[in-house]
Amino acid sequence: MEKILSRPKALKDHPLSYCPGCGHGIVHRLVAQAIDDLGIRERTIAVAPVGCAVFAYNYFNFDTTEAPHGRPPAVATGIKRTNPDKIVFTYQGDGDLAAIGTAETIHCANRGENITVIFINNANYGMTGGQMAPTTLLGQVTETTPFGRDPQREGYPINVCELLAGLKGTKYIERVSVCDAPHVIQAGKAIKKAFQNQIEGKGYSFIEVVSHCPVDWGKTPIDATKWVKEEMFKTFPLGVIKDETK
Amino acid sequence: MVKKLVKGNIALCEGAIAAGLDAYFGYPITPQNEVPAYMSRKMVELKRVFIQAESELAAANMVLGACATGKRAMTSSSSPGISLKQEAISYMAGMEVPGVIVNVQRGGPGLGNISGSQADYFQAVKGGGHGDYHLIVFAPANAQEMYEIAYNAFDIAQKYRNPVMLLCDGIIGQMMEPVDFNKEPKTKFEYRDWILDGCKGREPRSLKSLLMEDGALEKHNLDLQKKYKLIEENEVKAELYQVEDAEVIIVAYGISSRISKNAIKQAREKGIKAGLIRPITLWPFPSKIIASYAKPGVKFFSVEFSLGQMVEDVKLAVNGKCPVDFLGRAGGGIVSDKDVLNKIIELAK
Amino acid sequence: MKIYEEIISAGFGGQGVLLAGTLIAQAAIEQDLKTTWFPSYGAEMRGGTANSTVIISDEEIGSPVAFAPSALIALNRPSLERFLPKMKEDAVVIANSSLIDSKDFESDKRIKFIPISEIADKEVGNIKTANMVAVGALIKHLQAPSLDSCLKALETAFYAKPKVIPLNIKAVNAGYNYKA
Repeated sequence: MEKILSRPKALKDHPLSYCPGCGHGIVHRLVAQAIDDLGIRERTIAVAPVGCAVFAYNYFNFDTTEAPHGRPPAVATGIKRTNPDKIVFTYQGDGDLAAIGTAETIHCANRGENITVIFINNANYGMTGGQMAPTTLLGQVTETTPFGRDPQREGYPINVCELLAGLKGTKYIERVSVCDAPHVIQAGKAIKKAFQNQIEGKGYSFIEVVSHCPVDWGKTPIDATKWVKEEMFKTFPLGVIKDETK
Repeated sequence: MVKKLVKGNIALCEGAIAAGLDAYFGYPITPQNEVPAYMSRKMVELKRVFIQAESELAAANMVLGACATGKRAMTSSSSPGISLKQEAISYMAGMEVPGVIVNVQRGGPGLGNISGSQADYFQAVKGGGHGDYHLIVFAPANAQEMYEIAYNAFDIAQKYRNPVMLLCDGIIGQMMEPVDFNKEPKTKFEYRDWILDGCKGREPRSLKSLLMEDGALEKHNLDLQKKYKLIEENEVKAELYQVEDAEVIIVAYGISSRISKNAIKQAREKGIKAGLIRPITLWPFPSKIIASYAKPGVKFFSVEFSLGQMVEDVKLAVNGKCPVDFLGRAGGGIVSDKDVLNKIIELAK
Repeated sequence: MKIYEEIISAGFGGQGVLLAGTLIAQAAIEQDLKTTWFPSYGAEMRGGTANSTVIISDEEIGSPVAFAPSALIALNRPSLERFLPKMKEDAVVIANSSLIDSKDFESDKRIKFIPISEIADKEVGNIKTANMVAVGALIKHLQAPSLDSCLKALETAFYAKPKVIPLNIKAVNAGYNYKA
């Protein structure tokens, strides 16, 4: 019997520590599949964040390094500039990328570093138990917004894609989701393109994945994916935000 | 070889470049601005990497990234900026990533002022960042040493997989002195089996400081301590000046050691037996050397551009065998040779 | 220690006082002496005056900061006022009488008033060479460095701009040969 689908080589045979129903596992798989498809596993160096994906190095089957909270873009810059032949990507959550690491994110993008950024936006801090993230929706209840996010008190959710699209250094920006099969397929294509761009030296590519966090949201996985479509898509519309790679 | 008149900060750059520096990441702050300015031209001409980062945080983390791949990378700053770099420094110590960090110290705390200072001693040798770790800390006292220590810093960092700090100050950085640029550029480096260079033909590698499994972090810490012990055995460096018969021994490093030497010469002219122990490595500290001169009848004091930091380590080294006194000024105040001489005379009585 | 000089060169930013110090330090190297050069830097330079300290010795030099300066070039009045009280009793002080009224300092016999800017402008032909005129005037009264070393140092200092060397040689000589 022919085996037509298996675990990508770029993913280790290691149990994931993510919560049941979490979107991270799907995105890991998509990243690994893209790396397999492009044949770049042996020259890839990944930068893991601080947050839920902190253990990414346990799951990815290629060279990985840790970075302090928010600093993956700086660490990736150090790696890529001294090793331009390597494929370098960061995998970061919303707290890491859009709160504590905002300066690093913006300046790395603005320098037009030829790297790939995978940004998981699940509208809260998952690792620490579901506190408000910079991307938490207005009215959303979290551990630290018990009355719902109030713009008077907590400001507005940050649309990182749109923010970065204004910078001349960014070349490809797309927002995707992994809430159901069609969206997963589109997300896989976007991620692969973001790596392909780097291989071709086209510059900074940024993929935001609007993802679900059922446990910290206090929802069933099905309700969580429904909430992504019904609520998150309103604030974070999907699609190609910027493409200057053609 | 003709000596060139250059600033300490420039001598440092040339030493690092000759050592095979692959990348420099910096951020402007006085009194180290000559370093990023010089590197921005030199590194680009040499087709190496220069980035003016968005912050000291980012610059230090760029060093972390580059050094994780086995490259030679450096960042420099001055006191307030070094505080920002402590995050990455602690990670580098934990991940065992060998970067080089230069602190051209200025007055503190806070924004302080831009005068030369030695008030970051504790920060450099006692940790600075969080966790149970040590940097290897060098204290150059002249422009020639800035060049030579920078030239050797990368080898030592990589040998021990440990971050190295050059603890200088505004005066040593800003002053010009003749420097003999006598080192051959380094080009060949040993391959290291821990670097991230793509997992071609081998198992993937990970560099991390997060060790959550039962007992893993304690074991890691014990392993680090073994390494630190080895460094303490092999890397202590100090200059001894007229100490053999000395009854008053000054312990001073960097700029304050130069001023102390002047005072010792004047004391000797007056028939007072004074001498100097100048730590070139502040960590590992030359405790054994100091202890070997802690004999009955000898009096010690440290001279510092701070209000008393290294003196604590001198006391630990002397271990109660002799009195240990202190002379220092802070916030840009400069201890003069007369001040030091008066202290020598007072103690010699 | 046979030779030991602590020399301060001070003036308005733009008068070339840092370069004057550099030249003296370079001259010391040409003469195989030890030397250090230390500038005022950063915010200190914004107040309108700049200065550098050069120390010259036949032995290893301790502090590059002067505690008892033995020589001063003061190209403007604020510099003279600031450093005069710090100078040694037998110090050599060269003051630019083109910009400083000598009458106000008559009681201080250490000061040699020389119309430095005027010499640079009229005799040398370029006001920018005032710093070099001052160096020439100063070294005449010091045990080191020598005029020869200074002229050699000019060639090293202006290695990248050989065109300006003759003019600067002229300026140093003009200062050195000035007679009141």
